[in-house]
Amino acid sequence: MNRIQQKLQEDKKILSIYFSAGYPNNNDTVSIIEDLEKNGVDLIEIGLPFSDPLADGPTIQESSTTALRNGMTTEVLFNQLKDIRATVSIPLIIMGYFNPILQYGVEAFCKKCAETGIDGLIIPDLPVDVYADEYQEIFEKYGLINVFLITPQTSDERIRFIDSVSNGFIYMVSSASVTGSQTGFGDTQSEYFKRIASMNLKNPQIIGFGINNAETFKQATEYAKGAIIGSAFIKYLTEEGTAKIADFVKALR
Amino acid sequence: MISYNVDEKGYYGEFGGAYIPEMLYPNVEELRENYLQIMAEPGFKAEFDQLLKDYVGRPSPLYHAKRLSEKYNTKIYLKREDLNHTGAHKINNTIGQILVAKKLGKNRIIAETGAGQHGVATATVCALMGLQCIVYMGEIDIKRQAPNVARMKMLGAEVRPALSGSRTLKDATNEAIRDWINNPVDTHYIIGSAIGPHPYPDMVTRFQSIISEEIKWQLKEQEGRENPDYVVACIGGGSNAAGTYYHFLKEPEVGIIAVEAAGKGVNSGHSAATSKLGKVGVIHGCKTLLMQSPDGQITEPYSISAGLDYPGVGPMHAHLATSGRGEFFSLTDDEAMQAGYELAQLEGIIPAIESSHALAVLKEKKFKPEDIVVICLSGRGDKDLETYIDYFKL
Repeated sequence: MNRIQQKLQEDKKILSIYFSAGYPNNNDTVSIIEDLEKNGVDLIEIGLPFSDPLADGPTIQESSTTALRNGMTTEVLFNQLKDIRATVSIPLIIMGYFNPILQYGVEAFCKKCAETGIDGLIIPDLPVDVYADEYQEIFEKYGLINVFLITPQTSDERIRFIDSVSNGFIYMVSSASVTGSQTGFGDTQSEYFKRIASMNLKNPQIIGFGINNAETFKQATEYAKGAIIGSAFIKYLTEEGTAKIADFVKALR
Repeated sequence: MISYNVDEKGYYGEFGGAYIPEMLYPNVEELRENYLQIMAEPGFKAEFDQLLKDYVGRPSPLYHAKRLSEKYNTKIYLKREDLNHTGAHKINNTIGQILVAKKLGKNRIIAETGAGQHGVATATVCALMGLQCIVYMGEIDIKRQAPNVARMKMLGAEVRPALSGSRTLKDATNEAIRDWINNPVDTHYIIGSAIGPHPYPDMVTRFQSIISEEIKWQLKEQEGRENPDYVVACIGGGSNAAGTYYHFLKEPEVGIIAVEAAGKGVNSGHSAATSKLGKVGVIHGCKTLLMQSPDGQITEPYSISAGLDYPGVGPMHAHLATSGRGEFFSLTDDEAMQAGYELAQLEGIIPAIESSHALAVLKEKKFKPEDIVVICLSGRGDKDLETYIDYFKL
């Protein structure tokens, strides 16, 4: 069983943290992952930076731009992570846009992920339809879980389709927005969270976008298996550096 | 026989598709499900045709350029898109898309622009229809293209600077896409070129196909035959080219010639010669030829012409390039500027620098005396006067 699937079976709410590889400094990747695990984070999304991140707001964009300027590349990231499984045991996901993966070669990329001990991928601009037609077999061959997004506008029919193609969790985008643009949840979100919860999908849901503190984490996990924090963590790294990651994580639950 | 039109999944050969984040899926899907049906409605067609005639000033003339023909010893016709309202072919598409947006019940319009031509064409149709208009434009382009920014404002549009990345056209496009993600219900995104996720390349191509539709009957009137030997157009994203080629794609006797911007030279590091330098990749929602680093980061293109300054090319054109149906030339800033100057001197027409690239093919390729060569003069040069002044020390 994949580490993601194992983790999802634990009787607890999943705290997932996203950060951009190579940010704030190119060599921070491994120590950030280790610190996050040490402080009780359940799952980590490692952002593979891209020059044109369409679905991201200014915070993640700027961290990607800085990471690229710092010299981060796909090859550099895999090199940094090559011994990660000697020290880290929680599930690791690479989140990146499709073009850099396409250039690396989708199969070569998946193979390298498997060798490195990466458990899954989130590729926001690889639609579920294209994945099912062209790439699902490759992902399965290397035991990788691909995670798809749904939004408040996604139709029930499409959610069912995404659920049928998924084998880990569904990334539930809290509201119609790019990353980092919402603060707090209102009635619209609560209704949406309830609607999805009542669909009894086979895959658990983890909510992302707009979660930035203990309160929003609690609200989100009332209806879902877990929640993802991205922009708020990157902002924290920008302001505080990497020395006080423990304080950030401990304040979340 | 190979098809050069889009297939039912939105591909031209291996290029095209809709590589979009799930957040955009409902918008793009709504458009995909409805665009052909809307465009086929008699009421829609009548309104579109009427606006093209009375508001844009179509048909645009097909002009036999005698002195230019004499100089190059072949028969050259210019398709005068420069005479359209707002000064370029861009308005054909914005008229079409604003009517689609109205049918879909959208009341807020967003657009991206580089040099500002598409932004002006969008602001124009929004004023015409009384819809809210927001145009994203790179911060650097806003500084470079002040007159067009003023035109958009005078037409009632809000111009929002794209502050991310390189702060030019590709970043303005990113910002417009982000806006659409944030406003998924009431907003229509008018893409200005034959790029983006399916159905955009096909929809834009169909609205621009009026160019080749007119060439056919105009040439029949003047020459007694519908098909020229060559059609020539410049390519950035490729909307004027798509419209110029559309009705000739299935006519093998018509040569299709594309001219992209080589900037300071294909291998100078300052170029937008996508067919030479691009590799298959995904940008702004479609799979196409794309200028990028070995690591898959999109590289910044360069051309003296802001309208050709794009790191990709529409998926239809990527297919024309790789299948060999299209003959691609990459011509430099200098070659284009000289060709623009020559047209002014020989024919009394000052072309947009984009269109000057298409004209520059005359020095590059030897046509036969009996050939009929139709060149799309996609825009007029008023907006480029300052660049011409600087370059020729006028």
